[in-house]
Amino acid sequence: MSFLNYLVSGLSLGSIYAIIALGYTMVYGIAKMLNFAHGDVIMIGSYVCFFAFTRYGLNPFISVILAMLVCTMLGIVIEKLAYKPLRAAPSLAVLITAIGVSYLLQNMALLLWSSNPKVFTPIVGKPGSNSFTIGGLTVSYVTLLTIVTCVVIMIVLTTFISRTKLGKAMRAVSEDKGAAQLMGIDVNTTISVTFAIGSGLAAVAGILLCSAYPNLTPTTGSMPGIKAFTAAVFGGIGSIPGAFLGGLLLGIIENLAKAYISTQISDAIVFGVLIIVLLVKPAGLLGKPMREKV
Amino acid sequence: MNRLKGMNRTTRKNYITYLVVIAAYVILEVLMRGGGLKAATKGMLVPICAYIVMALSLNLTVGIMGELSLGHAGFMSVGAFCGTATTMCLVNAIPSGGLRLCLGIIVGTIAAALVGFLIGIPVLRLRGDYLAIVTLAFGEIIKSIVGNVYMGVDGGRLKFSMFTNELNLSPNGRIIIEGAMGIRSIPRIATFTAGFILIMISLIVIFHMVGSRAGRAIMAIRDNYIAAESIGIPAFKYKITAFTISAAMAGAAGALFGNNYSSLIASKFNIDTSILVLVFVVLGGQGNMLGSIIAAAALTILPEALRGFADYRMLMYAIILIAVMLVSNNAKVKDILKNLAEKRAAKAMKGGAAHE
Amino acid sequence: MSNVVLKCKDLGIVFGGLAAVNDFDIEVHEKEIAGLIGPNGAGKTTVFNLLTKVYEPTSGEIFLNGESTAKKTTVQLSKAGIARTFQNIRLFNRLTVAENVMTAMNQSMRYSLFEAVLRLPRYWKEEKEARAKALELLSIFDMQGMADVSAGSLPYGAQRRLEIVRALATEPSLLLLDEPAAGMNPAETAELMENIGRIRDRFGIAILLIEHDMSLVMGICDQITGLNFGQVIARGTPEQIQSNPVVIEAYLGKHKEG
Repeated sequence: MSFLNYLVSGLSLGSIYAIIALGYTMVYGIAKMLNFAHGDVIMIGSYVCFFAFTRYGLNPFISVILAMLVCTMLGIVIEKLAYKPLRAAPSLAVLITAIGVSYLLQNMALLLWSSNPKVFTPIVGKPGSNSFTIGGLTVSYVTLLTIVTCVVIMIVLTTFISRTKLGKAMRAVSEDKGAAQLMGIDVNTTISVTFAIGSGLAAVAGILLCSAYPNLTPTTGSMPGIKAFTAAVFGGIGSIPGAFLGGLLLGIIENLAKAYISTQISDAIVFGVLIIVLLVKPAGLLGKPMREKV
Repeated sequence: MNRLKGMNRTTRKNYITYLVVIAAYVILEVLMRGGGLKAATKGMLVPICAYIVMALSLNLTVGIMGELSLGHAGFMSVGAFCGTATTMCLVNAIPSGGLRLCLGIIVGTIAAALVGFLIGIPVLRLRGDYLAIVTLAFGEIIKSIVGNVYMGVDGGRLKFSMFTNELNLSPNGRIIIEGAMGIRSIPRIATFTAGFILIMISLIVIFHMVGSRAGRAIMAIRDNYIAAESIGIPAFKYKITAFTISAAMAGAAGALFGNNYSSLIASKFNIDTSILVLVFVVLGGQGNMLGSIIAAAALTILPEALRGFADYRMLMYAIILIAVMLVSNNAKVKDILKNLAEKRAAKAMKGGAAHE
Repeated sequence: MSNVVLKCKDLGIVFGGLAAVNDFDIEVHEKEIAGLIGPNGAGKTTVFNLLTKVYEPTSGEIFLNGESTAKKTTVQLSKAGIARTFQNIRLFNRLTVAENVMTAMNQSMRYSLFEAVLRLPRYWKEEKEARAKALELLSIFDMQGMADVSAGSLPYGAQRRLEIVRALATEPSLLLLDEPAAGMNPAETAELMENIGRIRDRFGIAILLIEHDMSLVMGICDQITGLNFGQVIARGTPEQIQSNPVVIEAYLGKHKEG
């Protein structure tokens, strides 16, 4: 395979990371918490889509919408039941609760669907030919769809955040919860919406992930979740463009490392790059440095 | 009893912790000699000790130093592999299992301390969530590296290679670490007594450190680093000291753990293990060593105790975890605890004034 | 004339194009209490942050006991003899009152971590001495009875006093007090004034204090510097400052005539 091929597949993997990283970064920005269960929402979304599309043969578009709806609801419920009561609690307590939710989702999936991997059918592509060729470069439909989806999400989300009332409310709450409340913004609703959007995107990411790597198990979401989280930190946690940039770079670095260095330590290289970036720019690539007032 | 009353609260609590650990050891040892323990329970004693030491180690970082480490399993891994490889290499040279284990633990401790020190230099310049994510990254890097190491002994010499087995051992040579397959046919020389001694040493080190100027400096940095620097506390120096000690303890725990099983693989020491230990620390109470010990023991036994629920046990575990966090951080529960603390402070102030 | 403890020459710092402090000069002598006054946002606390190197000055020089502090960090400055309190109280809340004070003695203690873990004789000796000294310092404010209470649970006024004791424990030659009387009632303020005077006499140190409570400033300061928009607007004895029209204007706003 050529360098360009690796680059395109890296871009595709990076797009998935970017979409997941958005969920992390939005939730961190607004609730200042590391939502460790985010990776497992991805897994739930993938299962819903698997059953709707592969098992029951529903229209792929409807399957995706269904998965997004389930994940959105799940995100809202998790926030209401587990995180909202802890809004004043120390961050470590929230982190442990998120870990608990992550275990809960994984083990529920294990009970419902067993640990046997489900073979996910890609949601795009004609039978027999899953890819097309342009100028010597072979690209699968899934890869194309992933990159296009990521770009569309980026444009829609950026517009939403900067133009709409709700988007502005989200930014206000992430700047200063107290002040936002005084200005008449409903903080609870805004946080709910943030979780809803993040979780809906997680479903999309899960479906794209399983279309590219079709083995679906209850722990499918864990490692991509952690890597996407790394991507969010890499780009500057709390920053939406940072999440995109971080996700894309991470995917490309991972794929190139796999291709040219070693598959066994590609993860180590990815994490190594993260460490170097944070040492040089402690708040990530696009993050705002924080300074304590004395 | 009167002497106990005369001590200050911290000292008294330290002695209670020692006593609980010694009592638990004596009771379990008597039960074991008398055949009162099931084989399954007996088999869990050493891992429980290792996890207790891990919890104490992480509590030093999280509770005393106030920084979140999500990569502590990495230090445990370094200790486990170095410690176990040492005991494996010395099988013929030192016949005594106890002595070999002791050497293995020492090597594991030193190796982990060294790695902790080196990682601490960049990591401890960061703060908060960034520090946490970088420790996670280092944990994963250690896992990847350890999982690709090949090591063998051949004619009294050690041979190493990375990624692929290029040791070219002679027929008399012996492979010790085999990449992702790790170490196999380990003689299992770890004992409950060794675990107990390790817990006691860890406790003494932590308590004596906390009760010294270094401990006060570390806790001062945790509470307010700007004020700490203003009174001349070099924050970085103290943090790296605490972090290195914490890594060393995790290494000791790993060496004990590794020598307890017949095989050892690098992927065992992943983020899940780091988080498991973090859960012990948070549930036991940050900075509360007795709490860490009880939480580590209870939560290692709990999944076994829930075996009756078969498939539901991990689900139960998750629910219990969430419930404990929600209840212990509930505003009403906190109010009650705060009132108690205030009453105690008021009493202490009055008592103190009466003394002067 | 006694020794000059602190001397600043043309001290300044620029934040994002704005000069928060500009051309700040001051001289404080041994056993002298100097006051720094000015309206909110005048740059008083910034001066303290420059003196202790929380911020790196963009211009000017600072001399402590005749030596330039240009190359020194916050930690080294503590060793060199500067100690401070904070406007927004910064105690080690989870340590006890005595531990807060003993932590400040760290640099004069010698036993190693090794000696501490093995509890060797030097550990016991120095710890005993440090505790005795901490109790003695606490007795300045009659706080020895609270020694074993956690600092975070102290009442507000006591927390402010503890910060002063903690600063004194570093054996400074210059003590910087940032609004020591903030949040205290008149009786407490009067008592504090008396104590600040006593600290000066007993330890023979120079004190520079920021304060809004004019009765306190006028009552105990030997010299006062007025600051507004980062600029020195007045300097002199309490009497001179009290009648200085520029200071009055800065505090009360421009008096419109007619």
